[in-house]
Amino acid sequence: MTYSEGDVGVSGQSLMFAATPLNTRNRRIQWLFRALFGLMTLILVVPVGIIFGVLLVRGGPAISFEFLFSYPSDGMTAGGIWPALVGTMWLVAVSLIASVPVGVAAAIYLSEYAPDNWLTRGINLAIINLAGVPSIVHALFGVGAFVIFAGFGTSILAASLTLAVMTLPLIIVATRESLQAVPMAFREACWNMGATRWQTIRTVVLPNAISGILTGVILSVSRTAGETAPIMFTGAAFFFPFLPTSVFDQTMAMAMHLFVISTAVPGVPDELKYGTALTLITLVLLMNAASIWFRSYLRGKKKW
Amino acid sequence: MLAKRVKPSAPMDLDHRGRDWYVDKAVTFLVFMGGISAIIFIIGIFIFITKEGVGFIAGPLNVREFLGSVTWRPTSAQNPMYGVLGLIAGTASVTGLAMVVSVPFSLGAAIFIGEFATGRLRESLKVLVELLAAIPSVVWGFIGLSIMNPLIIDMFDVPVGIGVLNSGIILGLMAAPIMTTIAEDALRAVPDTYREAAEAMGATKWQVIFRVVLPAGKNGLVAAVLLGVGRGFGETMAVLMASGNAIQIPTSPFDSVRAITATIAAELGDAPVGSDHYRALFTLGILLFVVTFIINLTADLVVKGARRT
Repeated sequence: MTYSEGDVGVSGQSLMFAATPLNTRNRRIQWLFRALFGLMTLILVVPVGIIFGVLLVRGGPAISFEFLFSYPSDGMTAGGIWPALVGTMWLVAVSLIASVPVGVAAAIYLSEYAPDNWLTRGINLAIINLAGVPSIVHALFGVGAFVIFAGFGTSILAASLTLAVMTLPLIIVATRESLQAVPMAFREACWNMGATRWQTIRTVVLPNAISGILTGVILSVSRTAGETAPIMFTGAAFFFPFLPTSVFDQTMAMAMHLFVISTAVPGVPDELKYGTALTLITLVLLMNAASIWFRSYLRGKKKW
Repeated sequence: MLAKRVKPSAPMDLDHRGRDWYVDKAVTFLVFMGGISAIIFIIGIFIFITKEGVGFIAGPLNVREFLGSVTWRPTSAQNPMYGVLGLIAGTASVTGLAMVVSVPFSLGAAIFIGEFATGRLRESLKVLVELLAAIPSVVWGFIGLSIMNPLIIDMFDVPVGIGVLNSGIILGLMAAPIMTTIAEDALRAVPDTYREAAEAMGATKWQVIFRVVLPAGKNGLVAAVLLGVGRGFGETMAVLMASGNAIQIPTSPFDSVRAITATIAAELGDAPVGSDHYRALFTLGILLFVVTFIINLTADLVVKGARRT
């Protein structure tokens, strides 16, 4: 703070450094804006705290062992959410199997191979746009490409692939960042030993970046679990009270279930809706918190 | 460890093409395929939605009706009408209100987190904003329906609480964390030497921010707002659940509207595959795709422009 030296003179001992009216005015303006922006941050954060509190108070009592592990009953107006939980796990697992290899390969290409040319610029542009395509357009793509064209029908496979395309940019960007964080000297040392590019990547770059990649994967899991629009028409069922047995089955899913019971089914008790919303949001936030914690833990542990 | 895996080649045979050489070439190819996957998918998305939508554009589409009429009546047997003006008005009003609500707060929060807050406070605020961005849109929709709806009815004494106001606020809360994060990144990208130079001249913190950091990070802030608009424009579930779904041009903040995204989500399930209605919904998808593409492209160019200077 450049002006704080002036404070010395306030007692009158050293008039040379006394705060001039300009100093005081500047300090007031500064204080004012600090308070204003602090307040804005608060206004942004507080309503969400309130909302989470309301969900917790109204949904908390609904959550029990039975709620989590039993089937919905009485036309979804009672019972639990077990098939939706299992369905979400299926969707997440299958979409990860599809998106992680492709995403990591793309990131390796961009970080380790790609020259600075028009193609690389095109890829980066495509990644930005892929991340910005509305989720309902991804749903249309999923219907056109996977449900109809590839002939998967409305199935876990079609829904998961749609989700995989949607989370691909997330995985690419996170992986690319953690690959680029590995110092160039590590690679050069390895090349000098006579290793090929791939040997260098496999034995030096990937092991040093794996935790960063995992952080990105966890984030994409949380994103996948919460998405509704892309799975509405590609594989998520309105009501399907069985556990899926193959990727060609339809399934219930947490996000879709919340949408269905809060808009389409009359007479669902509030407790059930809030309970479902609370479970979903807890699932997603826990995963995000895990990834944030993991990231700061890694930052502290970094060797270089 | 590495030495064991790298097979030593014969002393003078520098061009030896052993197993490792072929593995390396194969991986280079595979990784390249992965690299261009993003391009393949973005083109694939465009091709597949166009393939389904083109039958409508070439057939029953009447441009004047499409862009000039409020009547969206695709299921009518005698006289189906495909006017998207009401839907565009719905999307525009909701996104517009969301931006009015969230842009000042997001930028203010970005300045506070990036320039004023330090240490623990800054780290925890960043984590908090990141967690806000992670809340699924269907949960936001639920919040609009179950918490905001009664609140608006009570506060303004109106019969229905879902409409432009409700979905605008919800959308604003959704878009704010994303804008805050991107704007904060943009402010952080301003080199510290700029700040130090200004401080050395005797500028106060606020003068540094207002006269140095904000002008230098201007483009990044514009990009943040653009991406926020893109997010609001493309949001589906929250708008579907909190906007009321009546197709009209809203005249008050309590009016019910229907967004373009919500129309697709609400009607695709009932539209028989290959029918005009089905194709019209894909045409709406093309519209969404093109507009978000332009928004993202502009944001990217704006940021690039900042980097060049």
